[in-house]
Amino acid sequence: MNHFLLAAALILSASAAMACETVTIGDLTVEHAWSKATIGAGRPGVFYVEITNTGSTDNALVGIATPAAGMPMLHETVVQDGIASMPHAMSIPVPAGQSVQLSPGGYHGMLMGLTNALKEGDSFPVTLSFEKAGEVTVNVDVLSLRAEGPDCADAGQ
Amino acid sequence: MLGVGAYRTRNRPARNELLPLPIGEMSWALTDHQGRSVRPKDWAGRPVMVFFGFTWCPDVCPTTLSDISLWLEDLGADANRLIVALISVDPERDTPVVLADYVSNFDPRIIGLTGPAEEVAQAAADFRVTYRRVDKDGGDYTMDHTAGVFLFHPDGRFVSIIDFHEDRRFAVPKIRRTLS
Ligand SMILES: [Cu+2]
Repeated sequence: MNHFLLAAALILSASAAMACETVTIGDLTVEHAWSKATIGAGRPGVFYVEITNTGSTDNALVGIATPAAGMPMLHETVVQDGIASMPHAMSIPVPAGQSVQLSPGGYHGMLMGLTNALKEGDSFPVTLSFEKAGEVTVNVDVLSLRAEGPDCADAGQ
Repeated sequence: MLGVGAYRTRNRPARNELLPLPIGEMSWALTDHQGRSVRPKDWAGRPVMVFFGFTWCPDVCPTTLSDISLWLEDLGADANRLIVALISVDPERDTPVVLADYVSNFDPRIIGLTGPAEEVAQAAADFRVTYRRVDKDGGDYTMDHTAGVFLFHPDGRFVSIIDFHEDRRFAVPKIRRTLS
């Protein structure tokens, strides 16, 4: 085995960082938590994540909290008659045996009242509250404003 | 510019009511992110791709501009004659300087356009775009807005819309059809 290749592989997996971490709570797996850089702290930030329910009981994401924002909220981007709006989502269903994505153009965490501008390369914690599984905290990687998602070896996208 | 004045009326007759006007029949006057004035006649003879949005928008707008940037990279130099513009529906916050900061995150061929509220309203009317302010707690607000990407032929004719939730793989061929 070439030591250079091995070292390169280790560095790569280290740089893939926290968005590729997987956190579990009960039957739920939470992974690919990421955000986009913001211009200043005046604009809202965004939070994306993937949640998989491997159990046989339906669950739901009912809230998020983070020290990075004064008013974090769950939203859903809806396009109706070609017009995009972002209504508040009271809860995001995570049905038994299914995966749910908070991803660009769909469900997302809306981080209003940012404490600081989010800079590419930063990370911050977000605590997710589930209807039946309690709370779990994940580390969120801030990617560029242009990013379409984290680059994880195992990521679906 | 004879004839353009006729289209200034907001309640114009129901001629192709839902389709954007040809670029040459539009009558807005906006300012780009570098402070230069831009009018529809400046786009004569060039294919055009337009998206309405605002820089305080955390989800739909950066997602669309990321997609547009990827399409432009795919098209390479073929897209160099394409006018690609983000028209702000939030001119109160989106000054040219703010837009410059924002578009610098995406493909350099994308320009930002803003202007007085009446001119933004005129652009929206010409493109048949809807937008409305939605007030939030604490004096903050967001904007609902038409999310499609509009494509125009070099002769100014409206060609098609790339819908926000449309399969993005169809976008590049659609854009290619407007380039010739
Ligand atoms: Cu939102």
